[in-house]
Amino acid sequence: MTARDQTVADLPAAPPAAATAGRPGLLRARRLALRAQPVLLALVVPALLFAFWQFATANRWTRLIPTPYEVAEYMWDFAFGGIYDDAFSATLHVHLLASMSRVYGGFILAAAAAIPLGLMIGRIAVVRQLLDPFFQLLRPIPVTAWLPLSMIFFGLGPKSAFSLVFLGAFYPILLNTVFGVRSVDPRLFEAASMLGCSGSAMFRKVVLPAALPSIFTGLRLGLGLAWFVIVVGEMTGVPQGLGAAIMDGRTLSRTELVICGMIVIGVAGFLSDKAVQALGRRLLRWSPQHQ
Amino acid sequence: MTAAASFDLLEVRNLGKEFIIGEERVLALKDASLTVRKGEFICLIGASGCGKSTLLRIVAGFETATSGSVTLRGKPVAGPGPDRGMVFQDYALFPWLTVRENIAFGPTERGLPKAEIKDKVESFIDVVGLRRFADAYPHQLSGGMKQRVAIGRVLANDAELVLMDEPFGALDAMTRERLQEELLDIWQRTHLTVIFVTHSIEEAITLADRVVVMAAGPGRIDRDERIALPRPRDVAAADFNAVRRELGAMLHSHHARKTA
Ligand SMILES: Nc1ncnc2c1ncn2[C@@H]1O[C@H](COP(=O)(O)OP(=O)(O)O)[C@@H](O)[C@H]1O
Ligand SMILES: [Mg+2]
Repeated sequence: MTARDQTVADLPAAPPAAATAGRPGLLRARRLALRAQPVLLALVVPALLFAFWQFATANRWTRLIPTPYEVAEYMWDFAFGGIYDDAFSATLHVHLLASMSRVYGGFILAAAAAIPLGLMIGRIAVVRQLLDPFFQLLRPIPVTAWLPLSMIFFGLGPKSAFSLVFLGAFYPILLNTVFGVRSVDPRLFEAASMLGCSGSAMFRKVVLPAALPSIFTGLRLGLGLAWFVIVVGEMTGVPQGLGAAIMDGRTLSRTELVICGMIVIGVAGFLSDKAVQALGRRLLRWSPQHQ
Repeated sequence: MTAAASFDLLEVRNLGKEFIIGEERVLALKDASLTVRKGEFICLIGASGCGKSTLLRIVAGFETATSGSVTLRGKPVAGPGPDRGMVFQDYALFPWLTVRENIAFGPTERGLPKAEIKDKVESFIDVVGLRRFADAYPHQLSGGMKQRVAIGRVLANDAELVLMDEPFGALDAMTRERLQEELLDIWQRTHLTVIFVTHSIEEAITLADRVVVMAAGPGRIDRDERIALPRPRDVAAADFNAVRRELGAMLHSHHARKTA
């Protein structure tokens, strides 16, 4: 039995006194090691990759990729300036904020559209028959394929970027919401209706909360995809943004800029995901799967 | 509980229910009639598949009958309503609500004044003995505690008729015995009317004023036996055993006929 599926009825008994008495230092060290273990394990693969990168570039296996040190130096300049003093020095925050506004803007719009639609598709047969085939048809089309049309509809610039991020985040949220609604235990609807709940109250009081774990899975995937498509989204001729910077790096053959952009997107996406997860844990305290 | 001062609360007349599964028609209920007086404790018993759940679900309003009628206080039943509360075998609690919030669900939905909801909820938390767990979520409770929440939930909603479909079927023997006692205690204090489905003869005799025996193929009501034993009933007493033997013989004769 893990700590999470313990019932209130059988809270853990106090540990035997003899085991802890006299050796508090050892115990504390062990507890610290236990807490550090996941972090250390998570760092193993990146560290190996880093070592390989260092080794490969130091031995000149390729001259096209800068060394980690060069990239680190460039990252510093990208963030704070003072080394190269070129067009990209000390502009990281500008690009990051521009990309974040598109990622979060597109993501929030996608969530605002996909969650109500998903609730209705999942719950109302007519809406399902009307919209489900349509969305299934559009879903396999990659965001990249929408790029030209999006530029025709929204023109060059941030609106196009927005719309592409929106498309990327929309489907995972929609599909997971529909799935969540479809898998609600039908007994819960019966229980609610016998207690006097009906109509739109059923959506608010039963459908939405019951589907929430699944909706959160969709939000996590959607936000991940929003970051995933940001480079394509910023191929629409926007001057600022991490994707725009990466595309500039590519045209100017500045590989260190490309790698810096990739690292920033990776870290920003990772932190966004952690934030959504933390929010999920708060809202889903009741669910044994989200402790 | 005497039926002297009471009236017919529920009237089930010639109820029929046909399910169509693919090409096949299943007659789950045929001509089932049953009258339940206010304050009675009825146990429905019978082999599995004889239509006990179907009958209960039609009374609850979750299913519509193919023929016949159900009236409560003389008014025909159309759909689920707060006057009839169902207690499911698998609890069907709202997992995102605490014990207190689950019990408050019905009164809140009906829009009762806040103060009244609070009084009701707190008093029923005590009735079902969950004061210490009022703020726990369902996944933190044992099966017996979950079923108490489910009972508290329909009681707090002022259900006049409580429908219970094998509510203690998934619980261990000791928990079941305690819950039976508590249920009887609540029933006597609150003047409820209960229809309780079980497949345990002993449980039926422990609880019921009347045991209604159902039979399968097609599902129908076969016998309606009044249990005259004084309460509280003692499972080890000689007269209890006599009744048990009698009812057992009835159930087994069906089985013999069906399988012959
Ligand atoms: N939703 C349903 N669809 C089709 N057949 C059903 C359905 N519910 C019950 N039945 C059938 O009706 C009969 C009676 O079922 P039920 O009322 O659940 O019996 P019991 O509760 O006494 O075990 C069974 O043959 C069962 O297969
Ligand atoms: Mg049944």
